[in-house]
Amino acid sequence: MIVPIIFLVLCIVGSFFTGLPASFLVNEMIIRLARNLILVLSLILPIITGLGLNFAITLGAMAGQIALIIITNFSIGGSGGFFLSILISTPFAILFGFLVGKILNKAVGKEMITSMVLGFFANGIYQLVFLLFAGTIFPIRNDTLLLPSGVGIKNTVDLANIKYSLDHLIPFNKIKLPLFQKLAEYPIPTFLLTLLLFLLMGYLLKTKLGQDMRAVGQDPEVARISGINVEKTKIISVIISTVLAAWGQIIFLQNIGTMQTYGSHSQVGLFAVASLLVGGATVDKASWKEALIGTFLFHFLFVISPLAGQNLFGNAQIGEYFRVFVAYGVIGLALVLHAWEKDKAKITLSDID
Amino acid sequence: MKEFIKKVGFPRFIITVFLIALIILAVYLDIPLPGLLSDILVRFGMNAILVLAMIPGIQSGIGLNFNLPLGIIFGLIGALISIEFQLSGFLGLFVSILIAVPLAAIAGYFYGKMLNRIKGEEMTVGNYIGYSVVSVMCIFWLVAPFSSPELIWAYGGNGLRVTVSLESSMAHVLNDFLAFNIGNITIPTGLLLCFALFAFIVWIYGRSNKGLSMIVAGSNPNFAMSNGIDVDKQRIKGTVISTVLAAIGIIIYSQAFGFLQLYNAPLYSAMPAAAAILIGGATLKKANIVHVVVGTLLFQSLLVVALPVVNVIAEGSMSEVIRTIVSNGIILYALTRKEGETA
Repeated sequence: MIVPIIFLVLCIVGSFFTGLPASFLVNEMIIRLARNLILVLSLILPIITGLGLNFAITLGAMAGQIALIIITNFSIGGSGGFFLSILISTPFAILFGFLVGKILNKAVGKEMITSMVLGFFANGIYQLVFLLFAGTIFPIRNDTLLLPSGVGIKNTVDLANIKYSLDHLIPFNKIKLPLFQKLAEYPIPTFLLTLLLFLLMGYLLKTKLGQDMRAVGQDPEVARISGINVEKTKIISVIISTVLAAWGQIIFLQNIGTMQTYGSHSQVGLFAVASLLVGGATVDKASWKEALIGTFLFHFLFVISPLAGQNLFGNAQIGEYFRVFVAYGVIGLALVLHAWEKDKAKITLSDID
Repeated sequence: MKEFIKKVGFPRFIITVFLIALIILAVYLDIPLPGLLSDILVRFGMNAILVLAMIPGIQSGIGLNFNLPLGIIFGLIGALISIEFQLSGFLGLFVSILIAVPLAAIAGYFYGKMLNRIKGEEMTVGNYIGYSVVSVMCIFWLVAPFSSPELIWAYGGNGLRVTVSLESSMAHVLNDFLAFNIGNITIPTGLLLCFALFAFIVWIYGRSNKGLSMIVAGSNPNFAMSNGIDVDKQRIKGTVISTVLAAIGIIIYSQAFGFLQLYNAPLYSAMPAAAAILIGGATLKKANIVHVVVGTLLFQSLLVVALPVVNVIAEGSMSEVIRTIVSNGIILYALTRKEGETA
C-alpha cells in the first residue's frame, strides 16, 4: 500500500504549487478517468493469469485504430460509426490476442520482455501496412486520409465525425432541467459502459474460466495436474485483454477527437501499466481497486506536473520530463521490488532443504 | 538446402537473402556501390563497440543488457566535459573516454549489485531502468552547469542543445586516422583498428582465467558455485565491463557521426545492439566476437543498402520501419527459442 500513498503525497504537494482551481482539476480528472479506465482494466486479466504486465496491449490499441481508419474511410460518423468501429475492431483484436498468446506461451518465464518487444515489432508491421500498403494494395476512398503523394495514411486523422459519440450518447441536454444540463457536460455514458465492463470482469472471475485463470496464475504445474489446459487459459486471457484494449483505445480517441496514426497507440502500454502500478498493483496481483486509484493518481500527476515544474523550477520542461520519468520510473521500481521479493522467497525455500 | 539453412541459421539465411536482393535492386537502380560500401564500413565501425558491449552481459549470465543507456549516458557526459574544456582531436577523444570509464564502472557496479537481487528478470528490469535513467538525464541536461557556447542554446531555451556538433572538437578523428582509398571506397582505418583493439581485449579476456570463470558462472551457475567461483561477483564483473564498453562505444559512435545526441536519443539504443548480436548468431546464453562481427556487418549493411533503395521505391521513413521490424523481430525470435538453442 506504500506506493499509492507516496503518489498521493506527491499529488497533494504538487497541486499546491500549481495554483490551479480545484474545479478545473476535478473536471479534468473526470474526463481523464473516463477515457483511460478501460485501457487500464485490460491489464488485469493477464496479471491474474500469471503472465505479468501485458505490454502487448499496444496490439489491441492498433486493432482499435484499424477500425477507426476503416470507418473514417467510409465516412461513417456519429454513434453508429462508433459502435461499428467497436464491432470491426473486435475480430482484429481477437486475432491479435490469439497470436500474442501463442507467442507468450513459447516464452514462458520471459513473458513481460517478450510482450514489450512484441509491441515494438507489431508497431513496425503496422507502420509498414499503413505507410506503404494503404492506397496501393488497400484502396482508400477517402482522400483526406491519404498523404499528398497518394500512398500512406496521414500522420493525423481527424475523428470529428465520431468525437464525443459515446461521451454524449445520452442527450441529457435535451431535457431542460438544471440537473440534466449539468450532467450533459460529463461523459456519463462512458462511465456507465466502464462500470458495466468492470462488473462483467468481476463476474468473469467468479466463473469456472476465471477460477482457472487464478489457478494458472498461482501455479501452472498444479493447474495442469488438476486438468486445466494452461496454454489455452493463457491465450483466452490475452485475447480478452487485447479486445478490451481495442475498445479502450476507441473510447480514448472518440474523446480526444484526433488520431495520431503512428503515435497514438505507442504509449498506451506504458501509461496503462504505470497507472495500474501507481495504484499499488504488482506483477502478480491486481484488481479493479488498484486500476481506479492508480489511474486517478497517475493522471492527476500528469495534469499538474508541467505547471508544478514551471512554478517550482521556473521551467515547464522539467515538469514534462518529470512525468515521463514517473511513468518509466514507477514501472522500473515496481519490477525491481517484485523480482526482489521473488528472489528472497527463493532463498528461504532453498534454506529449508 | 535444408541442411545448409540449418547450418547458417534461419534468421541469418533470411537476412542474407534479403540483403542480396536489395543489393541487386541497388545495382538495377544505378545506385553507386562504392559509396554504399564506404558507408557500410563506417556504420560497422560506429556500431560495433556498442554491440561488443552485449558480450560480457551474455557471458556473465545477465542476458541481453538492455540497460546500455546507463553506460551511454556516462559516455556522453565524458564527451561533454571534454568539449567544455575546449579539447579537440585525439586529446578530446582520450579525455572523454578517460572521464567516462570510471563513472560508467561505478554505475555498472551498483547496477550489477541490483541485478544480483533480481535474477531471472534482468532483461525486463534493465529495459525500464534504462528508460528511467534516460528520462532523469533529460532533466539533468536541462539544468547541467555547462557554459561552452558549443553546448548550450545560443539564445532562448534552457540547458544543453538536443544535438551538439562535434565539428570543432573530435568529429571523425578516428575515421580519418590513416584513412585511405581503394578506388572510390574509403577505408576508415582508425575506426576499424579501434574496434579491432577492443574486440581483441574482450577476446583475450575471455581466454584468461578471470574471463573463463565469468563465462562458467554465466553458463552454469551451479557448476561454477561448486568450483568455488563467486557467481554474484562474476555477474557484477560482466555488468561493469558491458557498461564501460557502452560508454566507450557511444563516444566512438558520436565522433564518427559528428554529433552528440542528448535527451531522448539514447532511449532505444540497446535494441539495435541486441538485434545485431542475435543476427550474428548469439543466443541469450552464448556470444562471441564472431557473432558481433557477422551480426553488425549484416545488420548495418541491410540498413545502409535499404535506405537509398527504399527511398526510390517508396517515400517517407521506410528504412526506419525496416529497422524496427528486423531488430525487434530477431529479438522476439531469440526470446521464443528454448534455452540454448541458437537464434
